[in-house]
Amino acid sequence: MEDLKQLYDAILVGNNKLARETTEKALAAKVDPQELVQKYMIPAMDEVGRRYEANEYFVPELLIAARAMKASLELIRPLLIARGDSFSGRVVIGTVKGDLHDIGKNLVSAMLEGAGFEVIDLGVDVSPEKFTNAIREKNANLVAMSALLTTTMSSMKTIIDAINAAGLRSKVKVMIGGAPVTDKYASDIGADGYSSNANGAVALARKLLAA
Amino acid sequence: MHALIERLIAGAPVITDGAWGTQLQALGLVSGECPDAWNLSHPEQVREVARRYVGAGSDVILTNTFRSNRIALEGYGLAEETASLNRAGVEHSRHAAAGAASVFASIGPSGKMLMTDEVTADRLADAFREQAEALAAAGPDALLIETMSDLEEALLALGAARATGLPVVVSMVFDSGKEKDRTMMGTTVEEVARALTDAGADVVGANCGLGIERYVPIGERLRRATSKPVWIKPNAGLPEIVDGHILYRTTPEQFAAHAVALRDAGVHFLGGCCGTTPDHIRALRQTVAASR
Repeated sequence: MEDLKQLYDAILVGNNKLARETTEKALAAKVDPQELVQKYMIPAMDEVGRRYEANEYFVPELLIAARAMKASLELIRPLLIARGDSFSGRVVIGTVKGDLHDIGKNLVSAMLEGAGFEVIDLGVDVSPEKFTNAIREKNANLVAMSALLTTTMSSMKTIIDAINAAGLRSKVKVMIGGAPVTDKYASDIGADGYSSNANGAVALARKLLAA
Repeated sequence: MHALIERLIAGAPVITDGAWGTQLQALGLVSGECPDAWNLSHPEQVREVARRYVGAGSDVILTNTFRSNRIALEGYGLAEETASLNRAGVEHSRHAAAGAASVFASIGPSGKMLMTDEVTADRLADAFREQAEALAAAGPDALLIETMSDLEEALLALGAARATGLPVVVSMVFDSGKEKDRTMMGTTVEEVARALTDAGADVVGANCGLGIERYVPIGERLRRATSKPVWIKPNAGLPEIVDGHILYRTTPEQFAAHAVALRDAGVHFLGGCCGTTPDHIRALRQTVAASR
C-alpha cells in the first residue's frame, strides 16, 4: 500500500497530524497494525536515531518525531492489546533521590514512549521505596534512573540495593544515565547498562529486554 | 552601547570570575543543597567566595543567584524566598566588590523545557521578570543571562532583563553537533548571535559545556556574527570522575595559555565556568590582561 510510506515520512519529519491520519486510514483499510509498527514506524524512529547520532538531527527533531510516533501508537496500542500481542516493555523511570534535574529523564521518557514502551514516570527526587513500589505495582520489567550530579549518582546504587532487598532484581533490567554516569559506573553498581543520550537509551532498552 | 560596557571594554580583555559552586562546597556547602539558599543562611561564606575572585583580579564578579528563579527554586521548596535570595545575592557581591569590581547579577535557566510543554512561555517570562526585578532593585551593574541551552528561553529572559534598563549579557551553551558548535536544540553560533543582537542584548557570549581550547573558534564566530562585545567563560576541561569525586583537569596555567588565543580573537570578557577557581582567574589576569 503506497500511502503507508507516508507514515514513515510523517514520523521522520515529526508530522503528528499526518502520522495520526495515515494510521487511521490504514487501520480503516484493515492493514495489520503490527505491520504498521514493524515495517514503517520502528524503521522511521531508527532513521531518526541515525540522524541524531550523525548530528543531522537535534533534540527538537527527536522530540517531534517521538511525538508523531506516540500519536500513531495511541491508535494502534489498544488493537494490539485486544488481540493479546505483547509490548516492548514497561519501564519505571525517575531522577534519583536528592536530584531535581528532569530534562534528560524527560527526553529518555519521550523517546521510550515513541519506541512503543509503556512508561511510568515517577518524576524527580525519587526514593528507593517509590522505585520498588512502582516496580511491584506496575509489574515493570525495566527500570531507568537518571542523575545529573556526581553527588546524587550514589543514590543509584542505593536504589539498586533496595530493588535487590525487595527481591525484585530478577524481574527487572536496570539502566542508568546522566552527565556524570559512565559504563564503568554502571557495572560498578550492578546496573545492566548505561546510555549517554536519549536515543541510545532506546537501543539499550531493547537490547536489555531481548537478552 | 551602555556606558558601563563601553568603559569596561576600553580595557579589554575584561577579566570576569570563575566557578562559585565548588568554592562554596569547599566552605561546607553539602551536595544536593541549593547553593543560592546560602545567600540567606551563610552570608559570610558567599561574600568570601566573591572576595576571593575580587582578590584574584576579577574586573567583573557574578552573584550567587544562578538558580534563583521561581521555577528552579520550587524544586528546592524555596519559591517563596525568590525575592530575598536575589536581593541578598546582589548585596553580598556588591559588598565584596566594594567598588573594585563590577557586579553582574546571574540569571540561569529554569531547568524546564518549553518544547515538551513542561513550562509555558508565559510562565517563563513571569519567572524571569520577577527575578530580574528583584536583582535590579538591589543595585547590580548589569544582568547576566547564562548557561542557556534553548535560544527561545534565553530570549524570554532577555526581554525580562532589558525591561530593568540595566545592561544585559546573554551567554549560551554550545555543546552539540559534530563540531560542538550548536546549542542542545541545534541552533548555530551565528543564529544565536544574530537573534540575541536583534533582541537587544548588550553583550553576547558562550559559557560552560566545553573545555577552553574549543572556545577559540566559537569566540571568533561570535565576533564575526555580532557587532556587540563578546563574553566567554569556558570550563576547566571536561569533568572526570575519580573515586566518586568530580575532577576538572585543566590547570590554571593551561587555562591561561589557551585564553591568549581567545584574547587575540578579540573576545572582550574572559573568565571561567565549571571547575575554574580563583587561581585560574589569577593566572588569566597575569597572562592575558595588561595590568591597569
